[in-house]
Amino acid sequence: MILTLIEHVDDRPERLSLEALSLAGKLAAATGEPLHTVSFGSGAREAAKQLNGRGVDAAHVVEDDRLSAFAPVAWAATVSQLIAGLGPSIVLAAGSDRGNEVMAHVGARTDLPLAANCTEVVPGEPFRLTRQRWAGSLLEDATLDSPTKLLTIAPHAVAVEDAVEGDAQPAIEPFSPTLTDEDLLVAVVRRLAPDKSGISLTDARVVVGGGRGVGSADAFSELEELAAVLGAAVGVSRVVTSAGWRPHSQQIGQTGLRIAPDLYIACGISGAIQHIVGAKAAKRILAINTDRDAPIMSVADYAVIGDLHQVVPAITAEIRRVTGR
Amino acid sequence: MKILVCVKRVPATGGRIALTADSLDIDARYLGFTISPHEECAVEEAVRIVEAQGGSSTVLTLGPDAAADQLRDAMAIGIERAVLLETDGSDWDPMATAGAIVDAIRALEAEDGPFDLLLFGNEAADTGDFQVGIRVATALGRPAVSGIKAIEAADGRVVARREASGGGWEVFELPLPVVLGVKEGLNLPRYPSVPGRLRAKKKEIVRMTPAARRGGPIKERLRLPVGTESTVEVIGTGPEAAPAVVELLTRIGVVSR
Ligand SMILES: Cc1cc2nc3c(=O)[nH]c(=O)nc-3n(C[C@H](O)[C@H](O)[C@H](O)COP(=O)(O)OP(=O)(O)OC[C@H]3O[C@@H](n4cnc5c(N)ncnc54)[C@H](O)[C@@H]3O)c2cc1C
Ligand SMILES: Nc1ncnc2c1ncn2[C@@H]1O[C@H](COP(=O)(O)O)[C@@H](O)[C@H]1O
Repeated sequence: MILTLIEHVDDRPERLSLEALSLAGKLAAATGEPLHTVSFGSGAREAAKQLNGRGVDAAHVVEDDRLSAFAPVAWAATVSQLIAGLGPSIVLAAGSDRGNEVMAHVGARTDLPLAANCTEVVPGEPFRLTRQRWAGSLLEDATLDSPTKLLTIAPHAVAVEDAVEGDAQPAIEPFSPTLTDEDLLVAVVRRLAPDKSGISLTDARVVVGGGRGVGSADAFSELEELAAVLGAAVGVSRVVTSAGWRPHSQQIGQTGLRIAPDLYIACGISGAIQHIVGAKAAKRILAINTDRDAPIMSVADYAVIGDLHQVVPAITAEIRRVTGR
Repeated sequence: MKILVCVKRVPATGGRIALTADSLDIDARYLGFTISPHEECAVEEAVRIVEAQGGSSTVLTLGPDAAADQLRDAMAIGIERAVLLETDGSDWDPMATAGAIVDAIRALEAEDGPFDLLLFGNEAADTGDFQVGIRVATALGRPAVSGIKAIEAADGRVVARREASGGGWEVFELPLPVVLGVKEGLNLPRYPSVPGRLRAKKKEIVRMTPAARRGGPIKERLRLPVGTESTVEVIGTGPEAAPAVVELLTRIGVVSR
């Protein structure tokens, strides 16, 4: 049996969980094993019903209100009990914040290895996989030797398969784990509203990025003006946040945000792999840099060679001129 | 408050990664070394808490002799003690790493009493296993939570926050001792001062020999992802390129006339 953890918001399964489930479906087809899922809290049953047509044989629903808010240890205790009872050959979750955290707890409780952020899995003997290092800037081919293989699946490494219409529905199987006070200790006690406003970097169609080349906190006004005429969000490199010019909430990269705009305008950014890994989902990259040989040139689609303090205001002025705004 | 921070020495790769001939490692001959930004924030947080409330701070790493540099970097901004679990520099998988760190924590606690707070990075910069801190916490029977970007510790409890997936924050409240996996953005780490660096240079580093275990995916080779390179079209040079840029922006639908 192959078990997949399905995260859901209200009764809607999360996209990254569906990616993991798509991979799990392929593994189930390759090995001839049944496919099971587990989901938690209120909405677990409704979310499981949305898995129709995805090849799921049984959906374990843990409709325990104490598990509705994120409770990593209790979720992991539950998965561990399902492992003990059902003996799956593979357990998968999304390589999301939650997925990686819960599966690490599962690995710790069961004393089994966990391969985080896999991009490919080939079942067999040996069991082969490819996983991300450096947030995806580097890949590792590895083998995994374990009675139950614990995996998380890297975001956007696997496409979500379309649900097959008329396919059988999963059998809904309520499951009541035995949970101790310790298992329930780590749980969200309250939620706070977002503290940012304006265009969100992760949703923006256009992002204007600034790096060390911007030179100072004040000079970001040039980038902000360009962003304003484009309806874009401003993002930055780590040099900029480390210098205190801009808050970390605007940092793009391995230890910041992943963006996926139609256009990323990278100004005074050299293109370190840890920055690029956060911007590689951009459809197009326009680099503005004094250095024709900066590493960003090997990932950019377009470039203007020059001083951003001259180029950026000139572009802003030209946009204002042609749009009459 | 007694705090332990765990950090990992990694190569500071810049614009591109070069691999060794056997494809088993990053060719680090021409690279500097650093720790993850997440861990830098963990170090800064430990220093700040001890500055504000008293107590003591210790930094620990499992790695080669040269990882003493990263321990000294942490001491240069105010960490008091450093522990090196010395290896020959080969890869240790996350179960082996966690096991060695647990042994070391038990030994340190037997001598000086328990730590109140164990700080880890959310994930190591290089291997990104997302699990060492959680394995340590589980072995020690202490609560753990990851993804933390704000910590308030007082009166034997911590209130810790992480970003919720749909926006906003999720708040956890836990009794000490506790294990936290933190992310960059937790704070803005200070730069070391020259006197700080000089002091760190003279400090003693406690060395221990970790016992090896096995348990993790077995690396066969490393490779670079394909299809990330593109050919760049240089649109122009200097401010005179502006009309051509706006032409392009119009063509791709970013500017409408
Ligand atoms: C584990 C780890 C994680 C990291 N995570 C991140 C991350 O999440 N995000 C991130 O951004 N970085 C991250 N980094 C840091 C990263 O390696 C680089 O140090 C950083 O991205 C460099 O920022 P930069 O491009 O602004 O600065 P630099 O590399 O200094 O580049 C500045 C560029 O500006 C150009 N320039 C200078 N003046 C001008 C001018 N007047 N006009 C036009 N161009 C000019 C220069 O030619 C140069 O190309 C991480 C590093 C590590 C080790
Ligand atoms: N070799 C190591 N020495 C000390 N701490 C480590 C080591 N490897 C991992 N850690 C800690 O565990 C965290 C998570 O690492 P990982 O599970 O490998 O992604 C890191 O951010 C460090 O805080």
